[in-house]
Amino acid sequence: MAATLKQKIADVFDESGCDKNLAKSAHERKKGCAKQLQPGAAAGGCAFDGAKIALQPIADVAHLVHGPIACEGSSWDNRSSASSGPQLYRTSFTTDINELDVIYGGEKRLYRSIREVIEKYDPPAVFVYQTCVTALIGDDIEAVCKAAGAKFGKPVIPVNAPGFAGAKNLGNKLGAEALLDYVIGTEEPAFTTAYDVNIIGEYNVSGELWQVKPLLDALGIRILSCISGDARYKEVASSHRAKAAMMVCSKSMINVARKMEDRYGIPFFEGSFYGISDMSDALRNLSRLLVDRGAGADLIERTEALIGAEEARAWSRIKAYTPRLAGKRVLLITGGVKSWSVVSALQEAGMEVAGTSVKKSTKEDKERIKEIMGDDAHMIDDMVPREMYAMLRDAKADIMLSGGRSQFVALKARMPWLDINQERHYAYAGYEGMVDLVREIDRTLSNPVWAQVRRPAPWDVAGPLGAKTLGFPAAASAS
Amino acid sequence: MARIIESKKSCTVNPLKMSQPLGSSYAFLGMDACMPVMHGSQGCTSFGLVLLVRHFREAIPLQTTAMNEVTTILGGYENIEKAVLNIHKRANPRLIGICSTGLTETKGDDVDGFLRLIREKHPELDSMAIVYVSTPDYAGAFQDGYAKTVTALVQELATPTDVRLANVVNVLPGSHLTPGDIEELREIIEAFDLMPVFLPDHSGSLDGHIPNEFTPTTLGGTPIEAVRNLGNARATLAIGEQMRSAAIEIEMRTGVPYHLFDRLLGLEASDRLIQTLSRIAGVAVPHKCRRQRSQLIDAMMDAHFMIGGKKIAIGAEPDMLYGVGQFLHEMGAQLVACVTTTHSPVLERLNCDEVMIGDLEDLEQRATDCDLLVTHAHGRQAAGRLGIPLHRVGIPCFDRLGNAHDVSVGYRGTRNVAFQIGNIFLAHGHAHRPDEWPLPAASLAAASLGSEATACESGGCACEAA
Ligand code: SF4
Repeated sequence: MAATLKQKIADVFDESGCDKNLAKSAHERKKGCAKQLQPGAAAGGCAFDGAKIALQPIADVAHLVHGPIACEGSSWDNRSSASSGPQLYRTSFTTDINELDVIYGGEKRLYRSIREVIEKYDPPAVFVYQTCVTALIGDDIEAVCKAAGAKFGKPVIPVNAPGFAGAKNLGNKLGAEALLDYVIGTEEPAFTTAYDVNIIGEYNVSGELWQVKPLLDALGIRILSCISGDARYKEVASSHRAKAAMMVCSKSMINVARKMEDRYGIPFFEGSFYGISDMSDALRNLSRLLVDRGAGADLIERTEALIGAEEARAWSRIKAYTPRLAGKRVLLITGGVKSWSVVSALQEAGMEVAGTSVKKSTKEDKERIKEIMGDDAHMIDDMVPREMYAMLRDAKADIMLSGGRSQFVALKARMPWLDINQERHYAYAGYEGMVDLVREIDRTLSNPVWAQVRRPAPWDVAGPLGAKTLGFPAAASAS
Repeated sequence: MARIIESKKSCTVNPLKMSQPLGSSYAFLGMDACMPVMHGSQGCTSFGLVLLVRHFREAIPLQTTAMNEVTTILGGYENIEKAVLNIHKRANPRLIGICSTGLTETKGDDVDGFLRLIREKHPELDSMAIVYVSTPDYAGAFQDGYAKTVTALVQELATPTDVRLANVVNVLPGSHLTPGDIEELREIIEAFDLMPVFLPDHSGSLDGHIPNEFTPTTLGGTPIEAVRNLGNARATLAIGEQMRSAAIEIEMRTGVPYHLFDRLLGLEASDRLIQTLSRIAGVAVPHKCRRQRSQLIDAMMDAHFMIGGKKIAIGAEPDMLYGVGQFLHEMGAQLVACVTTTHSPVLERLNCDEVMIGDLEDLEQRATDCDLLVTHAHGRQAAGRLGIPLHRVGIPCFDRLGNAHDVSVGYRGTRNVAFQIGNIFLAHGHAHRPDEWPLPAASLAAASLGSEATACESGGCACEAA
């Protein structure tokens, strides 16, 4: 691994803004968060995948993947991060290196590729992603990007997160480092206001940012840059002029939030748009930080008024589902969306949480789950598919909410299932999102299809003459 | 006779191609009680898994040796050993199918050697088959990885035998066939009182059935014994040029002769299959087939009104391209743009001027005055920009349901395709506009006896002021 990449990885692991990390000893901290993967029993994306998730939402730039076809060929156009304008981020660019490149090095092909992309598509910037094979053969993407940038007079940003460096989460952070090193602070916004904020670590999956933005608009808060959902290159490049920032709590971009605080004095807080009280807290925190930095003091009062109105509206809409959902048991297996932020909405609608996964939760999260769900909260550390299947089949739960990977575990058990992962197609953020989630759960649970598909074939229930007992007309059984 | 050209670009834009290891894994997924494993870093498996899950809407068993930078440089022996032991312990499959990736090929891992060592060290694994295929992703494409894997399965597992069962035929379906196609072929073959043995058989493993128990491996597919006994068959039917090497391999190892069908889409192509089956079985063509044939003829005549004269752009792997392309040609369409992923002898037989080995950007550029785009779901953006409909073929198709059940082989399958494509043109029918047939300037001038029309065109003339 290039020395610079090693340094970067050590650097992001030594994250002082991460409380999970601060609790560790110096020695433990050095080891980083990378768990050794089990060959033959591993699941999950690579660092390149993580970097792409973090940066691809920047909609107007060309994302060029340097590597063989495996990396981009089976993954392009498969994420549902939405753009309100440019669509170039959905065009796939890859050097698709061949055997000769492996032998002689792929740098020349990369350089020519950058030229072709700029000549044909003229994007404001090109992001170049490193992958395993090209890293192994020693292609120096930093040097190529530098040369190409100088030659073509355009920012060409190296994203050094080859897959084998680690898991998706590390890739998120390495992708973010590329922004810190090469993008943020390189341009100036056309104008600034006292109400300018950055939203960091929000990828606008299925347009979720748009469930939140109207709230900020109503308060006169301007998103100077969302990093990176529905972002434009110039916005990210000039995001250092924001007055305050919110770091969306997956921690995938904590390095951006913390380093922007260090470098540009932009205060941030960690928050979430999932769940009603989380949404309100996020608005409160943003307003408070802005007022501290010179926004009009009335912002706080206006924020409280808006929260009051919107919370009441959301709760009353959710409450309307109680008669239909009361007593239903939910199995909540999540990675990305924090379990506890969803739990309170489910409870408000009268549902019980039969179990929730805590695989990716911090200790603090677990405490909070206990607080909300009581001591007997069924916390599942790492459930293998077979157990999930058994739990569903034995009707310990009425519906499972999880990521796409376990979808078929539920469906094969003929159990209702709802996608709450990154690749999902419904938006569940903000007040609107929670109402939508409850509506979706109701729609799924109340679908008569479940009764249909669980109904055994008549000939399996009764003997050859059994059709009669099932109430079929005699004529049907006669043939 | 088509000319084969390769794209000169350095940068692939909107790939048509998918990787060899993915094609290989897909072939292994057609084996029963199997766990496919990519020998590489975890991301390759994760991407491949998501792609197949989105296409089939099924759980897909697929594992990784989880290589990282250090293990890559030191060599993958330990990771393969751990992976095999772990999978044996957790999933207990009857077959582990290992394919390599670009990463481990660049390092040059001797996986065959590793496996010999693992076998020596772990006699407890004796009852489990392990098949390895070399499939670097910087060479070849999906169909190459698939074909190599089927060949490797034959090499590793098929055994010579003296038994010949008069009613058994082997069938090697290419990667362009769906589980539904395999099911259809089974019905056709059984209509001749023959018993088909498919290798691989996705109609068992990826046909979307609901099992009674949850299994971590494939469920359904070709059992290992069936591969061992390939030599018992009367003949092998290879579907698609890509299956030739596996068919030859069977013949060399067991003496079973093969018939190669370069496609099964089209009237003549289906006739060949039916005629061959009739000869092998020594029975007359059943009434059912005759009736289906006549239905197809009727369908082709109905659909030729819509398809005839249309300009088509196709992007697909060679065998798929050849099948769909030739059929559309036979229906009177014109193959204006053909783009494919890898070399194959069928390409030059295609009825068009030129076949390019390239990407979807190449296809889009060549398709500017086409009426229909035919490619996988990634063509949706191009079709949108071109403003023409997209007929989806092949993998991945992540934005439509029921891909596993699409049938496009034999008389019935061909009839389906004729109707599907005919319907697309019916739905996108062209309504005429009042200004669609303007007269040329010369005719306009002639109509006004050559005076005013020319005067007005020169601009600033007196008639405006008047
Ligand atoms: S693990 Fe490496 S080779 Fe595989 S997809 Fe990720 S970057 Fe590409």
